[in-house]
Amino acid sequence: MSEIEYHAVAKTDEIMEEDVKGVFVGDEEIAVYNVEGEYYATHGICTHENVGLADGFVEGDLIECPLHSACFEIKTGKAVNPPAEIDLKTYPVKVEGDTIYVGIEK
Amino acid sequence: MSDDRTFVIIGASQAGGWVAQTLRNEGFEGKVILIGEEPYLPYERPPLSKAALLGEVTVDSTYFWQQEALDEANIEVRLNTRVTAIDRDAKEIEIEGGDRIAYDKLAITTGARVRKLPIEGADLPGVFYLRTMEDTLAIRAAVKDGATAMIVGGGWIGLECAATLTKLGCKSIVVEAADRLCGRAVTPEISDWMYKFHTEHGVDVRLSTGIEKFEGNGQLERVVLPGGDTIDCSIAVVGIGVIPNVELAQDAGLEIDNGIVVDECARTSDPDIVAAGDVTNHPNDLLGRRIRLESYENAQNQGITAGKAMLDKAEPYSEIPWFWSDQFDANLQMIGLPQDWDETATRGDEASNEFVTFYLKDGIIDGAISVNNPRDLRVGKRLMQGKKQVTAAELVDPETKMQALLKR
Repeated sequence: MSEIEYHAVAKTDEIMEEDVKGVFVGDEEIAVYNVEGEYYATHGICTHENVGLADGFVEGDLIECPLHSACFEIKTGKAVNPPAEIDLKTYPVKVEGDTIYVGIEK
Repeated sequence: MSDDRTFVIIGASQAGGWVAQTLRNEGFEGKVILIGEEPYLPYERPPLSKAALLGEVTVDSTYFWQQEALDEANIEVRLNTRVTAIDRDAKEIEIEGGDRIAYDKLAITTGARVRKLPIEGADLPGVFYLRTMEDTLAIRAAVKDGATAMIVGGGWIGLECAATLTKLGCKSIVVEAADRLCGRAVTPEISDWMYKFHTEHGVDVRLSTGIEKFEGNGQLERVVLPGGDTIDCSIAVVGIGVIPNVELAQDAGLEIDNGIVVDECARTSDPDIVAAGDVTNHPNDLLGRRIRLESYENAQNQGITAGKAMLDKAEPYSEIPWFWSDQFDANLQMIGLPQDWDETATRGDEASNEFVTFYLKDGIIDGAISVNNPRDLRVGKRLMQGKKQVTAAELVDPETKMQALLKR
C-alpha cells in the first residue's frame, strides 16, 4: 500500500461552480473541479491526445475535452464519449478552511 | 448463441473503424471485415497537416486502434485491398483480382479524395496534395530547410500546411483565387484576421491570385502566374477541396446527390447498406436541411450511428457541425454552418488572438468561430442547441459568465 500525501493546490474561491482549474503537483498535471460545491480532481491530460482538460468545459458532472470533445465523468474519471476510450485517473480531494488539497501517492 | 452473419465495411477510415468498433461494442458476434485500400490501419487525419508533417509523431501513433486492439475485438482488417464492385442482388462485393466476399450487411465509408488541379505541370514531381498518410510522408521527405513552398488554396488544409511548412524552415507562399482566405467557411472579418495572423507569422499570402502552370525539368522548379510572372519553388501543395468517393455506390444503383444519400440513421436506399462519414449526404434536423460534412466529429459519430443501424438499433443522428484547425499557435474552432445571420458579436480581443465571434439570427446563435477560446465556443454550442435567446451585448460583455446564459 502506498501512502497518500496531500498537497495544497488552490483556494476554494478560485474555482467557481461548474468550473475547472489546472494545477501542478511536481510534474503531475491535475485538473481540479467544482461540481455543485464539491471539489474533485482528475489527471489533467485527456487520455485520447495530449491536451489539457483545464481548458475544457464542465457541464454538470462531466468534463469535455477542448480539442476533440471527449467526455469524462469528473467524479469517477470514466470515459463516457469517444474518441476517448481510456478512463482518467482520479485523486482524493479534501478541503480544509478555504484550501483545496489533492492527494497524491508518495 | 452463435451468429453466422458477415458484416463488411468498405473503407478502413475513421468512420469505417467506428462502424466496426460499434458492432462489437453493441454485442455483435458475427464476422466483421474491414477493408481498406491503403496500407495503414484507420488513422487520425488531423495530424497529417501538423504533427505528422512535422515528424513529431510516428505513423502507428495516429492509429485509432492498434492491431492488437482490433485482433482482440475480432475485427478482420484487410489492408491494401481495393473493392471494385458491389453486387446488391447477390449481396456480395468484388475485390481487385476478382475475389468476392458475401455480406449480410454492408457499410460504405469510402470518404473523399482530393480535387486535382487541372493545369499544365500538375503531375510534376514536387507537386503534392494532402489527404492521406502517404501524401504527408511524401511531402515530409521532399521538404528541405530554406525551400520555397507554394501552397495553392487558402482554405483549411492550405493554411495548416503553410503554418507547418513555415515551422519546418520553408518560405511558404499561399495563393488563393478568391479575394479572402477560407471564404466559404468564415466571415470577411475572420478572413482578415487570418490574413493578418499568417502574414505576421511569415507566410506570404497572395489573394485573388491563380496559377497558370507548374514548370520544371523533371521536377517542379517554378510556378507561372497569369500574366507570365514566375515564382521559383521546389515544392507545391494543392488544397482545393475534395470529392466524395461515391462511384461504388453509384455503380450499384444507390441514390447519389453530392454524396451517398442516407437517412438520419445512416441508412442508404438499400435496407442492407449503410454509409457514413465524408461520403454521405445526410439530413440534419438541427439545421433543417441536408448536408455533407468533412469533419472528424461526423466521421466518428455517424460511423457509430451506422454501426447501430446495421444491428437494427437505429438511432437518429443530428449534431451541430463542429470543426477545428490548428495553425501556428492558434486553435480555431467552428460550430454550425451559418448561412444568413443578422448580427455578429465578438467576445475577447482579436488583436490578442484570443476571441470568439458568434453569429446571431433573431437572437439565437446560428454559428460561431473561436480562436484560442474553445471553452466559450462549447457553451455557445449548448446555447445554439437549446435555441436560447441571447443578445450581442451580453455575449460581448466580459462580465457575462457564459455558463449562466445556459441556465435561464
